[in-house]
Amino acid sequence: MRQFLRDSGHLIRPAVILLAGLGIFLAVRTAFIPKAFGEYGHYDPAALERIRARSVSYAGQDQCVLCHDEQAKARAAGKHAHVACEACHGPQASHALADDPSAHKPPLPDVANLCRRCHEKDAAKPKGFPQVVTAEHSGGALCNTCHQPHNPHL
Amino acid sequence: MDITRRDLFAAGGKLLILASVGATLEQITGAAPPSEAYQAAEHWWGMIIDIDKCIGCGNCVRACSNENKVPKGYFRTWVERYEVNEGTHPEEVQPHVESPEGGINGFPPSTREDLKSFFVPKLCNHCAESPCVQVCPVGATFISPDGVVLVDQNYCLGCRYCIQACPYGCRYLHPETNTADKCTLCYHRITKGLTTACCENCPTGARLLVDFKNPKDPVHELLRANKLQVLKPYMATRAKVFYKDLDGSVR
Repeated sequence: MRQFLRDSGHLIRPAVILLAGLGIFLAVRTAFIPKAFGEYGHYDPAALERIRARSVSYAGQDQCVLCHDEQAKARAAGKHAHVACEACHGPQASHALADDPSAHKPPLPDVANLCRRCHEKDAAKPKGFPQVVTAEHSGGALCNTCHQPHNPHL
Repeated sequence: MDITRRDLFAAGGKLLILASVGATLEQITGAAPPSEAYQAAEHWWGMIIDIDKCIGCGNCVRACSNENKVPKGYFRTWVERYEVNEGTHPEEVQPHVESPEGGINGFPPSTREDLKSFFVPKLCNHCAESPCVQVCPVGATFISPDGVVLVDQNYCLGCRYCIQACPYGCRYLHPETNTADKCTLCYHRITKGLTTACCENCPTGARLLVDFKNPKDPVHELLRANKLQVLKPYMATRAKVFYKDLDGSVR
């Protein structure tokens, strides 16, 4: 036995080092790779929860009409019925989801640019879509001097 | 005590019955109650874009930018204006494509009534066989169980392979985090029952978020009643953003 150990010592020592290395590798691997990794595919499923946890800026149509009944009715009666509130008023989650919405009063939209983005005449726009050359149409007057934006028909 | 073969079978049979009753009981009592929480396996998200409704207002680009805090000068969705001259030899036709600032402030008015012109909104196509996912060396980008291509910022090395692999140019390297970034199809919204920021804010309904696994979703009727196309079908990416009335010149 002693003879065997002496003769194969040069094999046993690297084998021990190799096994120890393998052990350290496996320990580090288990420590760093999340348990659920690979549950659905080659990725960490916890990432799904992390991405889901991001906050919302646009509260969504349904939130607005909970309180703003009058505007919702006016809008539903006109051509802008399918334009969401936040499409013009901007992201309002901080207003709609706040404990005290009046503390986060949204600013009024910038009418000079807002209407023009959709309704300025452009050859690429669908032919049936209402478009005007603003300079000729109103002579510089703001759109809301004549049109009521929630129901723009005169 | 002698055990005959008969005894053995009898005892084995009783044990088997007991075990199966136990297992069934455990299935009945131990099964998780049906939860109201979001079930990813019950959805398969995509989008339908109606070219003939897009007015190039850039609302989608602004909404996406606000919702996802997209860094200035980078876009998860953008709008292109195509101007196609059909008058000359068809093989020489190169459409003129422009997208100033991704169309975030709309477009300068065009008066070229002699050209065929239209707007094309673009975003990640959330391909079912997505090339960007295939090239990621570390499993940082993946297709979620509900069919959304996402990036795990904690795993991304910023090697940019996926940015090169995307045939649609939908990815960029985020200048602050130095990780790949892209449209998440507003995963944080659609999993809460909201629609995406771009669909919410599209004034003409040119964009529609669809769920292919929901039998009541209008997508099934739309797919049946219309001629729909995906971008670059020859790339065999099985893109899930479908375009209605798409012109052949769009790349």
